Amino acid sequence: MVPLSSFLIIGAALFSIGIVGLFLNRKNVITILMCIELMLLAVNINFAAFSHFLGDISGQIMVFFVLTVAAAEVAVGLAILVAYYRQRRSIAIEDINTLQG
Amino acid sequence: MLETAFFNLFGGLAIAAALGVILSANTMHSVMWLILCFFNASGLFFLLDAEFLGIILILIYVGAVMVLFMFVVMMLEVNVAKKREGWLQYLPVGGMVSLILFIELVAASTSGLFGSEKMATAAHLGKEVSNTEEIGKVLYTQYLLAFEIAAIILLVALVGAIVLTLRERKDAKYQNISKQVQVRKEDRLRKVSM
Repeated sequence: MVPLSSFLIIGAALFSIGIVGLFLNRKNVITILMCIELMLLAVNINFAAFSHFLGDISGQIMVFFVLTVAAAEVAVGLAILVAYYRQRRSIAIEDINTLQG
Repeated sequence: MLETAFFNLFGGLAIAAALGVILSANTMHSVMWLILCFFNASGLFFLLDAEFLGIILILIYVGAVMVLFMFVVMMLEVNVAKKREGWLQYLPVGGMVSLILFIELVAASTSGLFGSEKMATAAHLGKEVSNTEEIGKVLYTQYLLAFEIAAIILLVALVGAIVLTLRERKDAKYQNISKQVQVRKEDRLRKVSM
């Protein structure tokens, strides 16, 4: 039988990998969005694991809401990217600085 | 025994795929690795008796979100070589931050509070209702307000994505609905005396 701590370690590893990815791929907006997805997935695994081991279904409901918000975030984020690319012909992070004034 | 083997398989593949996401130079490959990662995470959800969430993860994430990612990656041409230059520059600080976080999280989860001797209720109980029914019973009663808020969030995201990417082309012909409705007979009809 797999103990709860093993699932938590998997979640911790995925979250840490997501953070390293943010630092490594800081020039690529799409990869940054994917790293955020990885971190949300790690959180979801933790929620589901606690839900299972505590015998409480509420954790799975939380996973459901996290999925909803993540899907909305990705849709809006990618739409912003597409709109920005149409204006500037580039989505490099260092070019996205027009709001600095 | 079999459960442990499957846990090791799914967990190991998920972590390997996550490493593939952040290390591959091609963004398209990253998307593919992330899809593999989601499949394995859904396997982990199945091990946790969360069948509904496992299916949802494949349907929504792999079927919708990752396909959206693929569309955008293919639509926007990204200069891969320029993206990669100096990409290891921030590895020391990023690696240190995440290594410290990882060590802390592992220390917390192996501290004995979450071990098999404390929380050993994971034996698969014979449930009288399915996982989907169980979720539905709580979701539509106790969490009804949160459910409706989630629906509104999705609606706003939908409208927002459409508005952001909407483009009015100058050379295309459009109907002016209000003009069409307001038209009178006198505007179009002319009596000619023969």
